[in-house]
Amino acid sequence: MTMAGWLQIILFCVIIVALTKPLGWYMTRVFGGERTFLSPVLRPIEAGIYWISGVDEKREQHWLTYTVAMLLFHVGGFLVIYGVMRLQAVLPFNPAGQGAVAEDLSFNTAMSFITNTNWQNYGGESTLSYLTQMLGLTHQNFLSAATGIALAMALIRGFSRASMRTVGNFWVDVTRCTLYVLLPICVVYTLFLVSQGMPQTLGAYIEATTLEGAKQTIAVGPVASQVAIKMLGTNGGGFFNANAAHPFENPTALSNFVQMLSIFTLGAALTNVFGRMVGNQRQGWAILSVMGVLFIAGVAITYWAEANGTSTLQAVGLTGGNMEGKEVRFGIVASSLFAVVTTAASCGAVNAMHDSFTALGGMIPLINIELGEIIVGGVGAGMYGMLLFVILAIFVAGLMVGRTPEYVGKKIEAREVKMAMLAILVLPLMILGWTAVGVVYPAAAASMANAGPHGFTEVLYAFTSAAGNNGSAFAGLTGNTLFYNLTLASAMFVGRFFMIVPAMAIAGSLAAKKSIPPSMGTFPTTGGLFVGLVVGVILIVGGLTFFPALALGPIVEHLAMNAGNRF
Amino acid sequence: MLREIRPAIVLLLVLTAITGLAYPLAMTAIAGTFFPAQAQGSLIEKDGKVIGSALIGQEFRDDKYFHGRPSATVAPDPNDSTKTVPAPYNAANSGGSNLGPTSKALADRLKDDVDKLKAENPNQPVPVDLVTTSASGLDPDISPEAAQFQVARVAKARNMAEDAVSQLVASNVQGRMLGLLGEPRVNVLALNLALDRAAAK
Repeated sequence: MTMAGWLQIILFCVIIVALTKPLGWYMTRVFGGERTFLSPVLRPIEAGIYWISGVDEKREQHWLTYTVAMLLFHVGGFLVIYGVMRLQAVLPFNPAGQGAVAEDLSFNTAMSFITNTNWQNYGGESTLSYLTQMLGLTHQNFLSAATGIALAMALIRGFSRASMRTVGNFWVDVTRCTLYVLLPICVVYTLFLVSQGMPQTLGAYIEATTLEGAKQTIAVGPVASQVAIKMLGTNGGGFFNANAAHPFENPTALSNFVQMLSIFTLGAALTNVFGRMVGNQRQGWAILSVMGVLFIAGVAITYWAEANGTSTLQAVGLTGGNMEGKEVRFGIVASSLFAVVTTAASCGAVNAMHDSFTALGGMIPLINIELGEIIVGGVGAGMYGMLLFVILAIFVAGLMVGRTPEYVGKKIEAREVKMAMLAILVLPLMILGWTAVGVVYPAAAASMANAGPHGFTEVLYAFTSAAGNNGSAFAGLTGNTLFYNLTLASAMFVGRFFMIVPAMAIAGSLAAKKSIPPSMGTFPTTGGLFVGLVVGVILIVGGLTFFPALALGPIVEHLAMNAGNRF
Repeated sequence: MLREIRPAIVLLLVLTAITGLAYPLAMTAIAGTFFPAQAQGSLIEKDGKVIGSALIGQEFRDDKYFHGRPSATVAPDPNDSTKTVPAPYNAANSGGSNLGPTSKALADRLKDDVDKLKAENPNQPVPVDLVTTSASGLDPDISPEAAQFQVARVAKARNMAEDAVSQLVASNVQGRMLGLLGEPRVNVLALNLALDRAAAK
C-alpha cells in the first residue's frame, strides 16, 4: 500500500461527498417538476412526449398502478432487446457480420438488461452488432436506470407525504429522469471519454499489420456513448468482453477515475434528495454515513489484500502485489477501489478480473453484493434497498425499548416490517438456493474454470451477482450454457422484481399514513447511534445469512493458500 | 389500468428512439468532428498502413523489441468450433486468464516464466507485471521496471549501447495522470517505434 494509493481513495471520497448536495438539489427540483436551467430546451420535448404517448402529467398513480406501469414498461423493453438480438443479422449497423444471437443467450441478456444487472454471458465484440449495442443495450441502460430512480422517488414520497393515496406518476418520473438527469450528463461525459481515447464510430473493425508483421483485428464501435450510461446508470454491461479493463473501454487512469465517480454519484445524491424531501437533509447525510462506513472498510480490506499479493507470487520471488488479471495503467489501488465501487453500487463493470483477485480481496465484492448493494447501490435500487434495512433497524430499536418504531415522522408497523423482510429474504433464497444446485448438478459444475474452493466461489459469485442485479463475475465460469442462461435469468428476475414490489407496497402504505411530529420518545435518526445501529443490522443480517457460504469459498481458500495447497 | 397500455407502448418506443438511436448516432457525429483520431480508435499508421492502435497492445517476440505482458486471449479453434486456442493479443476477443490465487496452472505458469526471465537477466528482480496476464489481454503498457529489465537484451540484439536504450525507456515513461491517478507506465508499441526510429538514424 502506498501514499499515492491512499490519496486516490481519499480524493474519490471527497469528490463524491462534494457532488452529493448540488446534484441532490437538482434532482429534487427535476422530480418535483420545477424549472431547471435545462427547461427552456427540454420542456417542449418533455411535453411533446407526454402528448404523443397520452400521459397526463398532472394525474398521479396509486402504488399498484405505478408498479403495474413499471412492469408493463419492462415487458416492452424485454421484447425490444430480445427482438433486436435475434434479428441482428438482417438489421443494419452490423459491419462485422455478427449472426443472430442464440435463443437462450438472447433471453438471458434481455432479462439481464431490463433488471439493470447486465450480466455478460455475451462476448460483446465477438457476438453483438452495433445496432444491438445501441438499440438493444444502450437504450435499456437508460431506461432500467431511470426506472430504478423512479422507484426510489416513489418510496421517498411514501415517507415525505402524509394521508395520500398516490406516490407519483411512473411515466413522468421515467421521462424526467431520462431527459433531465441521464441524457445531459451522458452527452458531456461521452465527449470526455472520447477525448481520453474511447472509440465512437460505426466503422468496421480495423485490420492492422503489427510491427512484427502479424495480423491483428481490432474491434471498435460506438463505445463511448454506451459506456457513459453504463457507468452513470450503474448498469455495467460491457461493450467489450473484458469490460472496463479493455483499453478502449477505459483508456486512461483519468477515464478510470471519472468512471468510478460516475458509478457512485447519482446513488449518493439520492440520499440528499431523500433528506430534502423529508424536510431534513441530515437524515440523508446519516444514510450516506452508513454507506460510507461500510464502503471504507471494504476498500481498506481489498486494497490491503491485493497489495499483499498471494503466496503463489511470493513463492517465485515476485513482489509488488497481485497483478494477475489487472492492467498496468490502473495498478493495484485503482483496480481494488474499482472492484469495491462497482459491487457496492450495483454496477458490475470491472476494470480487473475479480476471478484472479486474492481470496480475501475477491470476498469483499462478494459481500458487498450479498449485503444487498446498499452501499450507495444501484441508482435508485440502492436507496430503496437501504431504506428497507433502515426500517428493519428502526424495528429492532423499537423492540429494544418497547415503543412503536417511527422513522421521519412515519410509524413503522407490522405491514412495513413484513414487506421489508420479504424483500430482504429474496436475495439469500436465490443466491444460496441456486448455488446449491449449481455445485451438485453435473452439467452446471462442469462450467467451473478453477478447481477447489475457488470453483465454488465462482458459482456463488455468479448467483450472487445475478440475484443482486450486479453483473460482475468471476468470469472464468462458463456462463453461456443452457443451465446458466436460464437459472441466472431467473435469479435476476426474482432478485429485481420481488424486491421492487414489496418496496412499492411499503411506499403506498407509508404515503397513506398520517405524519406524526417527533416527541421526546422518538429515536433520533440523524446521529452516530442510528448510523451504528443500521450498520450493525446490515452486517448481522448479511453475516448470519452468508457466512457459511463464504466459509466454504473464499475463507477456506485463503487458509488453503497460506498452507501451500494448490488445486 | 388499461390506460397505462398506451404509454407502455408509445413512451417505450419514443424513449427507445431517443436513447437507442438519436443519442448514440448524434454522439458519433459530434465525437467524430471534435476528436476524429480518438473516435476511430487512435490508430497508428506507418508508410500509409495501419500498424495498430496506440491503446491496444500487440504481441512482440523478437529480441530486438521490448515485450509486453503475457496475454490470455483466445480465438476459436479452426478445427473444432466448440473449443478455443490461445491467441495472444487478439483484439477481437478480449479477456483475462481468470486463474485464481490457488490455481496450480497459475503457479506452474508463473514458475516457468520467472525462470525464463531470470535466465535472461539475472541481475534484476523479475517485475511482477512481466509474468502476469492483464485483465483485457490487450494491456498496451508495462511498468518502467519491466522496461528497464529488458534493456540489456534489446541493446544486445540491436548492437546498441545499453545507456542509449535505457535513456529511450526513460523518455517514454508516462507518470501518474495529474501527478496522482493510476501508475507510471511505458507504452510498449510507442517505445518500440521510438527504438526503430533511433536505430534508423
